[in-house]
Amino acid sequence: MCRWQWDVGLVILLLMSNARPACGGGTAADALNGTQRQWNGTERTPFQHDHANNSKKTFPVLSFNYDHVRTHFQISLWILLAFLMKLGLQLIPRLSSIVPESCLLIVVGLLVGLVIQVVGEEPPVLDSEFFFLCLLPPIILDAGYFLPLRPFMENLGTILMFAVLGTLWNAFFVGGLLYGVCQVDSAHLAGVDLLACLLFGSMVSAVDPVAVLAVFEEIHINELLFILVFGESLLNDAVTVVLYHLLEEYAGVGSVSAQDVGLGVLSFLVVSLGGVLVGAIFGVMAAFTSRFTLHNRVIEPLFVFLYSYMAYLSAEVFHLSGIMALIACGATMHPYVEANVSHKSHTTIKYFLKMWSSVSETLIFIFLGVSTVAGPHLWNWTFVTVTILLCLVARVLGVVGLTFIINKFRVIKLTTKDQFIVAYGGLRGAIAFSLGFLLKKEHFPMRNLFLTAIITLIFFTVFVQGMTIRPLVDLLAVKRKQGSKHSINEEIHTQVLDHLLTGVAHVCGQYGHHHWRDKLTRLDKQYVKKWLIAGERSEEPQLIAFYRTLAVNQALELLESGGDMLPSAGPSTNSLETLKSKIQENDQSLARISKQRKEEIRRILRMTLQNTEQKLHSYSQHTQDEAWTLQILHRKQAEMGRKISIFLADAAKLQVSPVQRRARLASGELRETASSPLTVDQCISTFFEPRHIFNIEKIPLRTTNQKCYKMTLCKPSNDKIVSQFIYTHSV
Amino acid sequence: MGAFQSVHQEDNYEDLATRTGFSPEQIRNLHRRFKHLTKNGDKLRRDHFRVISDLELNPIQSQIIEAFFDKRNFQGNGRGTVSEIGFEEFLIVMSYFLPTDPNLTAEERESFRQRKLHFLFNMYDTDDDGKITVQEYRHVVQVLISQSDNLDQEEAKEIADAAMLEVASLAVVHMAPDEFYEGITFEHFVKIWKGIEIEMKMHVRFSHLETTSICK
Repeated sequence: MCRWQWDVGLVILLLMSNARPACGGGTAADALNGTQRQWNGTERTPFQHDHANNSKKTFPVLSFNYDHVRTHFQISLWILLAFLMKLGLQLIPRLSSIVPESCLLIVVGLLVGLVIQVVGEEPPVLDSEFFFLCLLPPIILDAGYFLPLRPFMENLGTILMFAVLGTLWNAFFVGGLLYGVCQVDSAHLAGVDLLACLLFGSMVSAVDPVAVLAVFEEIHINELLFILVFGESLLNDAVTVVLYHLLEEYAGVGSVSAQDVGLGVLSFLVVSLGGVLVGAIFGVMAAFTSRFTLHNRVIEPLFVFLYSYMAYLSAEVFHLSGIMALIACGATMHPYVEANVSHKSHTTIKYFLKMWSSVSETLIFIFLGVSTVAGPHLWNWTFVTVTILLCLVARVLGVVGLTFIINKFRVIKLTTKDQFIVAYGGLRGAIAFSLGFLLKKEHFPMRNLFLTAIITLIFFTVFVQGMTIRPLVDLLAVKRKQGSKHSINEEIHTQVLDHLLTGVAHVCGQYGHHHWRDKLTRLDKQYVKKWLIAGERSEEPQLIAFYRTLAVNQALELLESGGDMLPSAGPSTNSLETLKSKIQENDQSLARISKQRKEEIRRILRMTLQNTEQKLHSYSQHTQDEAWTLQILHRKQAEMGRKISIFLADAAKLQVSPVQRRARLASGELRETASSPLTVDQCISTFFEPRHIFNIEKIPLRTTNQKCYKMTLCKPSNDKIVSQFIYTHSV
Repeated sequence: MGAFQSVHQEDNYEDLATRTGFSPEQIRNLHRRFKHLTKNGDKLRRDHFRVISDLELNPIQSQIIEAFFDKRNFQGNGRGTVSEIGFEEFLIVMSYFLPTDPNLTAEERESFRQRKLHFLFNMYDTDDDGKITVQEYRHVVQVLISQSDNLDQEEAKEIADAAMLEVASLAVVHMAPDEFYEGITFEHFVKIWKGIEIEMKMHVRFSHLETTSICK
C-alpha cells in the first residue's frame, strides 16, 4: 500500500517538474530544444553571476535552480518511476502469472497518462526518433547477441518465407480489402484512397519483435517455435522498411507504376543484404578489436556496445534495415568476442544488455499507454473492427498457406499445433505505432484514423492474444523448452552426432545443410579464428574450450556461493577443521560420490589456485618484478602447501573418485612405477582447468608404506612453475 | 530381360519400403547411389568408401564405415562384423537416419528412438561387450580433438574421465564400497540422452542424392 502512495507522489513530482514555466516545452522530447533556446537567449551558464548588477546581495546559502537540470531530471524521473511501477506490480502475487508484463505496463501507462491529463498538462507522446534511435536498439542487440544461431540457421528458409512472403501477403490482403470496405458509402471513409490503405496495411502487417519477446519469454515455449516467430519478427523489418518508404513516397503522387514495383523489389534486396553486410563488417571489426584488449579488460564491453550501435546507425544512414544490421553484428561477433574477453567482461556484457533491453521494453510499453491517452483520436467503428478482423484472418490464412508449401521442403514438418502457435503469436507492437506516428499530417489527412486503429490493434493483440496464449499453450500441450544443463557429455555426444550426420550425408551423396555447415565450420577454424581470436585460444578445439569454460564456471560459481571463505593467505585452519570433522562424520558413506564434498574440495583447491593467479596479476600490475613476486609467492605457497597436504591426504583417502580408480584397475593401467598419475590426479584434474596441472609424480619412499606425491602446478603460458606440493597419503 | 528385371525390382522396393520405412522413391535413389559406390557391383566393401573424398576429412570416418559392416545394426541378432554388405543391409543402416514420422503412436516413436540410440551406442562400444569403457570413451574424445594440430593426449584423457565421472554420478545414485564402475551400459547411455531430443536431430534428408556417372 505504501508503495502505491510513493508512486503517486512521484507522479505528482513529475507533473510539477513538467509544469515549470521555463522556455522548454511540455514534452521530454523537445526539452532539449528548450535548453537550447535558453542557452541562446541568455548566453549565460548557470554558474556565472550577473556581474553587471553591482548591488550586493546576501550570499545565498541554499538556492534553487531547477532549469538547468530540467531535462535530465525529467528523463531520470520517468525511468525511475517506470521501474518502481514494475517492482510494485510484482508485489501483487497472482497478477503476473495471469497477465503478461507487457499488458500491465500498458495499463500503468494509461493510468499515468490519465493522471497527467486530469491535472491539465499535455502527456508526452512516444517520439518516433527517440523510439527508433534510443529505445529499440538495446532490445534488438540483446536478441541478436544471444541469438541461438544453430536453430536459426537450420530454419532459415522457413523463417524467410514467413518474414518476406507472409508480411507481403498480410500487407496486401489487409490493405486491399480495407480499401474495398472504405468504398462502401455508409462507412463515411471515402477519403481513404488505395495507396493510403496499402500503406496502412504495410504498417500493421509486421510482427513486432518487442511484443513477441515480451510474451514468448514468459511462456517458455520450445526452441523451434520460438525461433520461427521471433526470427520472422526480426527479418520482416526489411520488408516493412521498403514497403513503407515506397508507399509513402508514392501515396503523395497517387499512383505506382510497374517500374516502381521493380525498383521496390531491388530496393528490398539492397536493404536486407546491405543491412546484413554492414552488420557483419562491424561485427568483424568488433571481434578484431577484442583480440587486443588483453591488458585493458575494463573497456571490453564498451566495444561490443559501440560497434553494434554504430552498425545500427550506419545502416539507418543509408535507409538500410537497421534491425538486420544489428542482428548480423551481434551474431557475428559473439563467438569470437566470447573467446577473447575475460569472464567478468562476459558477465558485464550480458547484464548490461539485459538491463538496457529491460529499460527499453518497460519504457516502450508505458509510453504506448501514455500516448494512447495523449494522441488525437479519430474513432471509426467500421475501420477499426475491420482492421482487427482482417489482420487475424490474413495471419491465419498466410501461415496455413505458407506452411503447406514449406512442409514440402522440410524434413521435420510443422504440425497443426505449431501452425496455430505461429499464427497466434504474431503480435503487433510499438514499431507499428511509431511508423504511424511518422506520417506527416499534410500528406495524410487520415493520420489520426490510422493511429487510432493501430493502437486498438496493438491493444488487441497484446492483451487478448498475449493473455490467452499461455493457457492455450498449456491446453494444447505444446512442447516446452527443455532445461539444458549442458554437461560435458552432451557436448561430446552432440559433436559426435554432428560428424556422424555429416558423414552419413556424404555417404548418401547428400550435399545439403550438413555438408555446408561442416564446411563453414572448417573454414572458420582454419582462417577466421586465427585472425579474430587472441593467442593460443585460436587453435583450441571446441571441446577443450567448452570444457575449460565449464570448469571455470563451476569453480567460480562455487567460489561465489562460499564467498565469505576468501582468506588472505590460504585456506584458514577453521575450514579445514570443520571439513575434517564433517569427513569423519560421513564415515559410512565414504565410497559414495557426494556432490557436496566434491564441491567443497573444488572450492578449496580452486581458491588456492585463484589466489595464486590473483596475486600474480595484482603484483605484476604494480611492481613488475617477477622474480621477487615469485619468491613471495613460493613462500606463501609453501605455507598453503603444508595445509593443503593434510587436506589432500584425507581427500585421497576418501576415494572421491572410486569410479576412476577402479576403472583404471580394470583396464590394467595401474603401474607401480614413478610418474604414473593416480587417483588424486583424476580428482584434481576434474576440478581444475586442464592446462594448469602439469604433472603429478609418485616419489617412491622405501621407508614407510606411504605413497608420496609431488604435484607441480605450472602457468600455462610460460611453463613457469608456480608451486609444488608434496603430500603423502597412506593406503 | 530388362522389363522383367524392373518389375522384379519394383516388387522388391515395395517389400523393402514396408520393412524399412523408406518411400519407394527414396529407395530408388538410394539404390542408384549404392550402384554408384560399388561401381555397379552387388556388394559394398570398405574400400568402396574411399571414393567419397569428403569422408576423408571426417574425424570419425572409420567409426562410420565400421557401422555399416557391424552386424548389430542389421536388426537381427548377429554379432561381429562382415566384410561386405548388400543393398538391403545398406538400406537398413540408412533407415536409422529417417526422420520420425509424426503419425506414429507414442509406442512406435519410443521404439524408433531406442533403435537410434542403440545405433549410437554400438558406434561407441567397439569391442561389443555391452558397455562403453573408459578406453573407448577416451578414444572417441581423442578422435574429436584430433582435428586440431596440437594433439594433447593428456587433455583428451582428462575430458573423457570427467565425462565418465559425470555419467557415473548421473546414472548410479548409490554405489557400495566394493562396486566399481565398469562402463556405461545402454540404460545409462539412454539417461544421458534424456534431455536431447534425438528424433529431432538424428536425421538426413534422402532426396536429391548425387549420383553422377560412374566412369570417372
